[in-house]
Amino acid sequence: MEKTIIKIAGLRKDYHIGEVTVHALRGINLSIDRGEFVAVMGMSGSGKSTMLNILGCLDVPTKGEYWLDGVDIRTLSKDQLARLRNQKLGFVFQAYNLLPRTTALENVELPLFYNSQVKSKERKERAIRALEAVGLADRMHHMPNQLSGGQQQRVAIARSLVNDPVMILADEPTGNLDTRTSFEIMELFQDLNERGRTIVYVTHEPDIARFATRNVVFRDGLIQRENMVTERLYARDVLKNLPVENIEEFETK
Amino acid sequence: MNFSNLIKIAVRALVRNRLRAVLTMLGIIIGVASVIAMLALGEGSKRSMRQEMSNMGTNMIMVMPNFMRRGGVSLGSSSSMALKMSDVEAIRNEAVNVAAVSPEVRASGQIIYGNQNAQSTIYGASEEYMEIRKLNIKTGRVFTSQEVKSMAKVCLVGQTVIENLFGEGVDPVGFNIRITNIPFLIIGTLEEKGESGMGQDQDDLIVAPYTTVQRRLAAIDYINGIYASATSEEKSPEAITEIEEILRRTHKLNDSDENDFRIMSQSELMSTMTSITDIMTYLLGAIAGISLLVGGIGIMNIMFVSVTERTREIGLRMSIGGRGKDILRQFLVESIILSILGGLLGIILGYLIAKGAGSLMDTPAYVQSKAVILAFIVCFIIGVFFGWYPARKAASLNPIDALRYE
Repeated sequence: MEKTIIKIAGLRKDYHIGEVTVHALRGINLSIDRGEFVAVMGMSGSGKSTMLNILGCLDVPTKGEYWLDGVDIRTLSKDQLARLRNQKLGFVFQAYNLLPRTTALENVELPLFYNSQVKSKERKERAIRALEAVGLADRMHHMPNQLSGGQQQRVAIARSLVNDPVMILADEPTGNLDTRTSFEIMELFQDLNERGRTIVYVTHEPDIARFATRNVVFRDGLIQRENMVTERLYARDVLKNLPVENIEEFETK
Repeated sequence: MNFSNLIKIAVRALVRNRLRAVLTMLGIIIGVASVIAMLALGEGSKRSMRQEMSNMGTNMIMVMPNFMRRGGVSLGSSSSMALKMSDVEAIRNEAVNVAAVSPEVRASGQIIYGNQNAQSTIYGASEEYMEIRKLNIKTGRVFTSQEVKSMAKVCLVGQTVIENLFGEGVDPVGFNIRITNIPFLIIGTLEEKGESGMGQDQDDLIVAPYTTVQRRLAAIDYINGIYASATSEEKSPEAITEIEEILRRTHKLNDSDENDFRIMSQSELMSTMTSITDIMTYLLGAIAGISLLVGGIGIMNIMFVSVTERTREIGLRMSIGGRGKDILRQFLVESIILSILGGLLGIILGYLIAKGAGSLMDTPAYVQSKAVILAFIVCFIIGVFFGWYPARKAASLNPIDALRYE
């Protein structure tokens, strides 16, 4: 197995809004190795979200190369991209994007519905295992509106895990959560990463970025700076030291 | 994505929005139910009318004098003296496609028995009349040709007359009644026929030899009409042509003259009646069809709203591997399920409405399997047709735009 999972060279993305052309990405070179834990940072409009969308094959670059797990993305059709997303990638969104009025279990099952090789029995087993992995085994039959924000995000993470992806992409996964819950989500990510999962996430909070192994900072459509995290935070320790009385409990249950 | 997954996803999406699904279906349910009910009632009344008509004899041919005109003034058909007994004889002797023929002379008068009296119509006829008009003897006998020749004062009475004069359940054979003061002997009674399709009492009649009615009651030397029966229903048109030719000759009409008589056949009358009910049925069906169309548009409307409302869901489905065609199929299947389920419920409801309305209006409703199958197919087409466009819209969304949609 190749060590590099993502290889990007000379990547550009232009948006045409009426007469005006917006250069969202202006020549990005980046490679990410298997098992890395990368935080993409930057201000609003710096191109970090565009980058993540392209990494997730939700969007195609205007120019430049993108190799994902040894596959040249430019050669794939729309349907092949969908298949790639289904089998190699997992997404976590800031707004969770769970289906309303649908149990946690059914939400987690969803990606497997689009994979005709997975039979219904296996689908259920894998969804249960994914929920167990994020510590929600007892919440399987709850609807999203019966879960707290943190729990909903865990369901979303379980959903991104269920197809056993090579990489998890998270767009501001802690953006809607309070501090403690954010750390709990990061703890989950660190656990997954320790077990070998490649994770790339976007954040604008420097604190949250310090849980990663590497930071990539975007500015005006270019990579401004790339560095290994020197004083890495471990969520488990941070949580232990967090004074309990100062924590605002938003969680309903 | 395989087919069972597709169905499961679509069903789950519908169950998530139960109320909306039911409300959407309501349009289809009402549309289909009204189409089914209208067609069933139309078909039912057509059938019962046809049944009645064939009770009256399907190969019956009637000849009536035409409206007589003098200086452009219509004098009405009954005043016409165009038909004579000689016409009947000519038809009897010459028409090969005519099985039986009888004159008809009508008179009305007061009928008296004891201290009871009633008004009725007396039909003067020959002995073949009974068979032509499908009048059956309940008790007693028909008059003979001998009695016709001798102007015998004998008669047959219908059930309404019996009820009026003697009371229900009495067999008056052998009784003497007076018709406009002339004594008649009742030799037979007629079986009950009930109301005609037009609401006429078919049992309020007295049948007597035409000679007797012509001379003793009406005092005329012409006849009011001719009843004939063709050898078979198929031969009916030929028999009509024959009768027309014979009558034109015996009436000495030139080629340029109009007929001074009218020929009507039962089959003709039947096709007129059924075409009227057909028109009614199609008219009602069309109105119901419009409500079905409106129901279909309702589905399209809801599917459109649903696509907009569920844009983020579509984006999510795409981001976790749903292809455009998976989304298209999901929305299409949702709309087909809605319309077919609505159609099934509509068929059941329509059946119940037809039965209920049928028993209220005393017309048997008849739900044709043809109509049910048609309704089902129409529903499927509505589902595909009205679901396609919104589904296409959903499928053509860009995953990124769909995810970001607020």
